[in-house]
Amino acid sequence: MGSGGHPEEAKTTYREAMREALREALRADERVFLMGEDVGRYGGCFGVSLGLLEEFGPDRVRDTPLSESAFVGAGIGAALAGMRPIVEIMTVNFSLLALDQILNNAATLLHMSGGQLPVPLVIRMTTGAGRQLAAQHSHSLEGWYAHIPGIRVLAPATIEDARHMLAPALADPDPVLIFEHGSLYNAVGELAPPAAPVDLDHAAIRRPGTDISLITYGGSLPKALTAADELAAEGISAEVIDLRTLRPLDDATIAASVARTHRVVIVDEAWRTGSLAAEISARIAEQSFYELDAPVERVCSAEVPIPYARRLEEAALPQSADIVSAAHRAVD
Amino acid sequence: MSPARDTRTRKGSAAPKAAKKAATSKQAEKTWALAGRPATAHSVDLLEAMLRIRRFEERCVELYSAARIRGFVHLYIGEEAVAVGVNEALSPEDAVVATYREHGHALARGIPAEAVMAEMYGRTTGCSGGRGGSMHLFDASRRFYGGSAIVAGGLPLAAGLALADRMRGQHRVTCCFFGDGAFAEGEFHETANLAALWNLPLLLACENNLYAMGTALAREHAQTDLAMRAASYGMPAWAVDGMDVEAVEQAARRAAEGIRAGTGPHFLELRTYRFRAHSMYDPDRYRGKAEIEQWKARDPINRLIERMREDGELGDKDLAGIEGRVTDEVDRAVEAAEQAPEEPVEDLLRHVTSTSAEVS
Repeated sequence: MGSGGHPEEAKTTYREAMREALREALRADERVFLMGEDVGRYGGCFGVSLGLLEEFGPDRVRDTPLSESAFVGAGIGAALAGMRPIVEIMTVNFSLLALDQILNNAATLLHMSGGQLPVPLVIRMTTGAGRQLAAQHSHSLEGWYAHIPGIRVLAPATIEDARHMLAPALADPDPVLIFEHGSLYNAVGELAPPAAPVDLDHAAIRRPGTDISLITYGGSLPKALTAADELAAEGISAEVIDLRTLRPLDDATIAASVARTHRVVIVDEAWRTGSLAAEISARIAEQSFYELDAPVERVCSAEVPIPYARRLEEAALPQSADIVSAAHRAVD
Repeated sequence: MSPARDTRTRKGSAAPKAAKKAATSKQAEKTWALAGRPATAHSVDLLEAMLRIRRFEERCVELYSAARIRGFVHLYIGEEAVAVGVNEALSPEDAVVATYREHGHALARGIPAEAVMAEMYGRTTGCSGGRGGSMHLFDASRRFYGGSAIVAGGLPLAAGLALADRMRGQHRVTCCFFGDGAFAEGEFHETANLAALWNLPLLLACENNLYAMGTALAREHAQTDLAMRAASYGMPAWAVDGMDVEAVEQAARRAAEGIRAGTGPHFLELRTYRFRAHSMYDPDRYRGKAEIEQWKARDPINRLIERMREDGELGDKDLAGIEGRVTDEVDRAVEAAEQAPEEPVEDLLRHVTSTSAEVS
């Protein structure tokens, strides 16, 4: 709200950028509405939708009961009927209560109907740990969703992407899931006017480099950039790739980077076993095996439900120091 | 005219404090009574619509046994009065969400038998292009949204279709069919709550055929009076004899009128029975022959025929004419499906996303 009518000329937060994207979407298209737990009167449990109820009314900024399956399914039905719903689920943990609707309906209706029933739906949810919220509010399950054909999975890691990913997501005729890492909402930065719409098909190189590729997304991007700074101080030039889109994966950008650097660290806050990091590793092995000068390194969460206690939580999560260590293993 | 077990539960009539396993008769306030009979031509339409489903599915049994069609095939035989009666109350602008036992709903909705049969064959001319099969029939042009094989999974989706109508001020009905098994799922209760809370134009058509797959109603529900339980959400709810197509039609018309008038969701418990097993794989060991025979004596098709004969609305020639028409229709559907093209394997990845639909 603080950014008022000129958000793009002032410092803003990831939260405000997301809110501005929602406001723009609600203004631009009568078919768009926001629906979820506490999105209205409360202003969104992470404050993202604060003020939107007053501006757009309770029909279009719609508080729902605590019924993830029903309101996600209702979003699917409304999308089938020509609306453009944006459904907010508080956290990815709660999205499991709606997994049936997301997987068995949103992702499959187009195919099962022989192309008759596209589902133009956007589902937003938070993900990730780092705020001492313990196991049932801290997991990173976006990789599970990236497993599913029929949906697009986005992870805006920057203020620019928070501001400008929603419009192309709404323009996609198929279901799009947007994962917002909880630790990013307070990130502050200048928001430059967009040069072009966010390209949802391609990863972004956030920092070019020649010695090693750090491949990451979402809440781990700031950690990877910090690690790249540290490595630069040691004379190691790290390229940082922000996947942005977890499904479909941008194989070409990854392969091109590996061809430049020949060394890879994948940073993924999910558990290592069966993770997106595992998928990316496999693709590099398949597509870039002869480019590699060292084994692919992975920095993931420890295989434990995320603990509450601060030092244990920190120890469970990928940290910049872990990324630097992994890079050393690959380079040395 | 109406069987004694038909009850009608009005909004608020079911005290939430009702003891567990309360006798259902105590919840019944009024008996659903038919208000007059429809005109002869209409009766013929109802009969023909039911016979089309019956003969279509009888052919499916033969085709399945001959391995011409495969997959899970759930037959609707015995329940035809439900799909036909409810559909009579709906207009082409309304929407229908169905279950995996949906051949009857699809045919009653007007999807041509050829398109349904071709889908059973997995052919490109099928109503889902061969990608869905028996459990996933769709027809966007007829606002027929499946075909859901996850029990209760269609309910939230139906609420969303109704929500879209409500937000745009369209006086249309979305009808969701589901079984007594779905009533035990959280999704039913989430949807009923949401629909009543938001006053959604939703017709909840519960096909209570007394079995959730192989589990009897009393083995799956602490309280078996489903209409009474639905009424606790603050919506009008009636139990109707699902073996009487004319009773079903009238109840559905009344519900649809209420929904169009803006009084929010309505619930119908349509008490019916499937004469066949749950699916073609089911040995049907969980229910007795005597029970099945008892219900077959109430066959909705024979019942309408008898009623029409008694009232002088149907002669032998008329009946033979109807039988001939539906048999020809099914014959043509099978013939067309046999000759219909199969989709080339090169097209495997079509329809995963809207852009992959462009893959040649």
